[in-house]
Amino acid sequence: MPMNPTRKRRLTIVLSILAAAAVAAVLVVLALQNNMNYLLTPSQVQSGEAASYNTFRLGGMVKAGSIQRSSDSLKVTFTVVDAGGAMPVEYTGILPDLFRDNQSVIATGHMDGARFVATEVLAKHDETYMPKELKDAMAKAHEGKQVEEAGSGESGMGSRKP
Amino acid sequence: MTPELGQLALILAMLLALAQSVLPLVGAWRGNRALMAVARPAAAGQAVFVAMAFGILAWAFLRFDFSVQYVADNSNLALPWYYRIAAVWGAHEGSLLLWILILNVWTVALAAFSQKLPEVFASRVIAVMGLIAVGFLAFIIFTSNPFGRLLPMPGDGADLNPVLQDPGMTFHPPMLYMGYVGFSVAFAFSIAALLGGELEQAWVRWARPWTNVAWAFLTCGIVAGSWWAYAELGWGGWWFWDPVENASFMPWLVGVALIHAQAVTEKRGSLRAWTILLSIFAFSLSLLGTFLVRSGVLTSVHAFASDPRRGVFILAFLTIVVGGSLLLYALRAPKVLGGKPFKVVSRETALLISNLMFAVAAAMVLLGTLFPLIGDALNLGRISVGPPYFGFLFPLLMLPVVLLLPFGPFLRWGKGESLVLKQVLMRAGIVAAACAIVAAFFVDGQLKAIAGVGALVWLTVGVLLYALKRWREMPRGRRYPAEMAGMLLAHLGVGVFVAGVLLSESLSVTRDVRMAPGETQHIGNYDFRFDGVHHTTGPNWTADQGVVTVTRNGNETTVMHPQKRTYPRGQVQTESAVDAGITRDLYVALGEPMDANDIEGAWALRLYYKPFIRWIWAGGLLMMLGGLVCATDKRFRIKRSARAEAGAEAADGLQIQETRA
Repeated sequence: MPMNPTRKRRLTIVLSILAAAAVAAVLVVLALQNNMNYLLTPSQVQSGEAASYNTFRLGGMVKAGSIQRSSDSLKVTFTVVDAGGAMPVEYTGILPDLFRDNQSVIATGHMDGARFVATEVLAKHDETYMPKELKDAMAKAHEGKQVEEAGSGESGMGSRKP
Repeated sequence: MTPELGQLALILAMLLALAQSVLPLVGAWRGNRALMAVARPAAAGQAVFVAMAFGILAWAFLRFDFSVQYVADNSNLALPWYYRIAAVWGAHEGSLLLWILILNVWTVALAAFSQKLPEVFASRVIAVMGLIAVGFLAFIIFTSNPFGRLLPMPGDGADLNPVLQDPGMTFHPPMLYMGYVGFSVAFAFSIAALLGGELEQAWVRWARPWTNVAWAFLTCGIVAGSWWAYAELGWGGWWFWDPVENASFMPWLVGVALIHAQAVTEKRGSLRAWTILLSIFAFSLSLLGTFLVRSGVLTSVHAFASDPRRGVFILAFLTIVVGGSLLLYALRAPKVLGGKPFKVVSRETALLISNLMFAVAAAMVLLGTLFPLIGDALNLGRISVGPPYFGFLFPLLMLPVVLLLPFGPFLRWGKGESLVLKQVLMRAGIVAAACAIVAAFFVDGQLKAIAGVGALVWLTVGVLLYALKRWREMPRGRRYPAEMAGMLLAHLGVGVFVAGVLLSESLSVTRDVRMAPGETQHIGNYDFRFDGVHHTTGPNWTADQGVVTVTRNGNETTVMHPQKRTYPRGQVQTESAVDAGITRDLYVALGEPMDANDIEGAWALRLYYKPFIRWIWAGGLLMMLGGLVCATDKRFRIKRSARAEAGAEAADGLQIQETRA
């Protein structure tokens, strides 16, 4: 069929939209891959599930009596626990208002040896509220099941954020 | 007894909403005028009963009626009256009541201002509003009754979440809901048009002011929310890409696209199907937003403790609304590509590009927000998508919008000239580049800040050049009709907003420090001296209040009083102190005492110097103002009983447009 001008123009428009969509899709996938944060509990971390992530989120309860503040800087150490594990956490900065003993927290950061160094700590916002994903994670860990994450096969995933 | 009356009022309102939706639809189908005439009185009746229910709940709060569970859960004797009013929408049940109240405000306004519309069309529009009301009233009555009793009645109630005890809270949710719910009007217009198979696009002109006003309210609500988070949450940030923020942002983005698509459809007849689709999406995303906030499926700072049944109900409602309207769309959307043809260089193309960018941006935000649910469904583990995802993609998508914005108004409908574009590019480009170079010396070569100044000047000069062109070429009185003035204001707002974002992001100084009384920190030309902490009390809280004296070159600028409040049930709430200014904000928040037993000793403090952060909200308010001004355009007023003259009017509108272009 001969290309009349209208047809040609439409083809150009369709092709450029397709090209733009392809570029957008690639960018979205890349951005997603680099910024997916997994939520793990201390027992999951101790069973080696965190090995493939640079950065991940650690969720659990603050162990009573474990909060220790440095006297000359803003460094704080505390222990996050779930039913089957405990993880020492180090954080430098100001903690959220609702951070205290026996509260559920989600900390973002990375492992440094056996310690977890957090760059951000979130405590729950409302006293009766516990994030659903954290509830699920802790319920899973509580059952003592070995949690198998289908997505953990992809290596090198995790945030590039320091 | 009174709370039961509230419950009864809600049930009556639902019955009236049923009448308001079913009877006029049947009437419009059968051509029965008596049935169609039910629409307006039924809407008015529904509004009366909903307002009554809302009033009764507010009255229960004011009278400390703790025998009502919702009142007992969200207020106590010490809570000041203004926060008891705000507490009406401080939790799940009441906020839904606010939702339905606002839906009724819109419906009544619609019923009042649609008298001159063709009867069949108007009754369909009101009927669709009624259907939405039925859904939400059923939701309240069956899953979220705010009037449930708590017996025996406790002596005192619990408390309103301290985070919500802030002037911003009295303002933010109603504004946001006005926007959310307002998109239901554009939605109802589209559905009515689909039902009636309207071939003319006259209805788009009737829908335009409603869309603009709803969008302006949504803008205002988002701005208020952003400001509230900044002032109240003590993190000093203005946007976090939190799921609930995204929930309000997605309809906003689609709303921007919709406003511009409606302009094209109204004036040129093109993009008809796309306009209808966008109005369906805008309202569906508003519903999705409600679902995300209410169901607690996503981890968010806003999430309420909730009942899974509610999530299921909203999800079902969402499925019916989205599924039903898309089905209707598929069956009835105009198949023929209508409208006047246009060349590649034309206003249509420019608007199409902006539409595409905003639609893609909304899709991108949707993907990132729902990704945890997708990951859960595919068993990928518990994943969330971090802010850098949004922070990387969103500016990338908006870059073409900012770059092309000044050209848009200069382009004519149908076929634009490239010559005038070159002139704009030269003039605005040169001024922007010059200003950016000058700015580089003031901001230590910070690229983001330079880009911010460049973008501000680029957009402002672009808008001014167009304003100048109108001034020169048009006779007095016809230079800036409201629609045009609103557009210019909103576009100016974009420039101010972008400058605010880029300048504050790049030049802010944040410092978390340990300070003993008498110590000084130097931040951004200011000296912050910590003068210790003392005890103070408020109406329903006690607080440790810090004193921070700020000086600049030895002259005292301000004395700031950040607080760490403790509410009756032991909840702690940081109340930051902000010294606002046009070119900079100073921001101080208290952390914890270094030694919990010695509050007069050293404390952890968070000190911020935030240049130009107010410009972010000023830009948003300009956009809001633009939307409102636009809606007042005389062209949108329906002059005659429009039934017969719909076609003639459309032609009229086009003529006016031609002379304006």
